[in-house]
Amino acid sequence: MQIGLPHYLIVAAVLFTIGIFGIFLNRKNVIVILMAIELMLLAVNINLVAFSSFLGDMMGQIFALIVLTVAAAEAAIGLAILVTYFRNRGTIAVEDINLMKG
Amino acid sequence: MAIAAVFFYLFSAVAIAAAVMVITARNPVHSVLFLILTFFNAAGLFVLLGAEFLAMILVVVYVGAVAVLFLFVVMMLDVDFTELRQGMLNYLPVGVSIGLILLVELAMVLTTWTLSPDALAIVGAPAAAAGSVTNTEAIGLILYTRYVYFFQAAGMVLLVAMVGSIVLTLRHKPSVRRQNVAHQVARNPETAVEIRTVKPGQGL
Repeated sequence: MQIGLPHYLIVAAVLFTIGIFGIFLNRKNVIVILMAIELMLLAVNINLVAFSSFLGDMMGQIFALIVLTVAAAEAAIGLAILVTYFRNRGTIAVEDINLMKG
Repeated sequence: MAIAAVFFYLFSAVAIAAAVMVITARNPVHSVLFLILTFFNAAGLFVLLGAEFLAMILVVVYVGAVAVLFLFVVMMLDVDFTELRQGMLNYLPVGVSIGLILLVELAMVLTTWTLSPDALAIVGAPAAAAGSVTNTEAIGLILYTRYVYFFQAAGMVLLVAMVGSIVLTLRHKPSVRRQNVAHQVARNPETAVEIRTVKPGQGL
C-alpha cells in the first residue's frame, strides 16, 4: 500500500489534537503543558516536512528548521521562568500564578 | 515499498501512543521519557520522508537538549505532583469535547483538501533530482544563500533565549565570597597591613 501525503497529515493532526488535549487535561501542571506545546510544534514540523517532501520544495524543511529553533528557545525560556517562579513561590500550580492580576 | 509502509505504521503508531502517555502519565519523569520516545519516532517518520538532516537535528536538539532540560527541571524542582493532578477528571469532559471538535475539523479539512494544479508551478525552492545531492547538501545550498537572513534570525533568537534564561536563573548568594580582581589589585601596604605593638604575655 502506497503511503501518501494524507497519511502523514493525519498523523500530524492526531498529534496536534493530543497536544491540545494535554493542555486541557493537565491544567495545573506547567511542565506537562510545556511538553504538550512541544508535541504540537512537532506535529507542525511533521506537516511542513511532509508537504516539503511530497511537493518537492525544500523551503518546507528550512521552515521546519526555524520552527525547531524557536521551539528550543521557547522551552529554555519557559523552563527558566518556571525555575525562577518555583524559587519565589515554592509551587508551580497554574492557579497560583495571578500576581499580576492586580 | 511495502517495508516503507510497515515502518510508517510502526513509527506513527508508537509516536501517537507515546504522545498519549506524555499527557496521561502519573509521573512527570515518565512524561519526559515518553516525549523522548515520541521524538525518536517522529525522527523515523522524517527519515521515511527523505529529510534525514532534520531527523538527525530532531534527535540531537530535542532528545539531546530540550528533553534533557525538561528532565533536569522535573527532577530538580521538589514539586508535589499528586497535588497537581487533583481535579484532573474535572477538566476531562471539556478537554475531550474540544479535542474531538478539533480532530473532526482537521479530518474535514484533510478529506476535502485537494492540491491546486498551479501549486507545483510556484514551488519556492525546488528540490534537486533524487540522487544528485544529499538532503543535507540540498539544505545547505539554500539555507546559506537564499535564506541566510532566516538563518541569522534563528541565531539571534537562540542568543536572546540564552541570555534571557541566564539572566532569569542566575542569582548571587550573599554568603558566597567572590573574587574581586580590581579590589585585589588596588590593595597597598597601608590598607593591607596593620602594625600593632603586642605587650608581652597579653596578646591582642
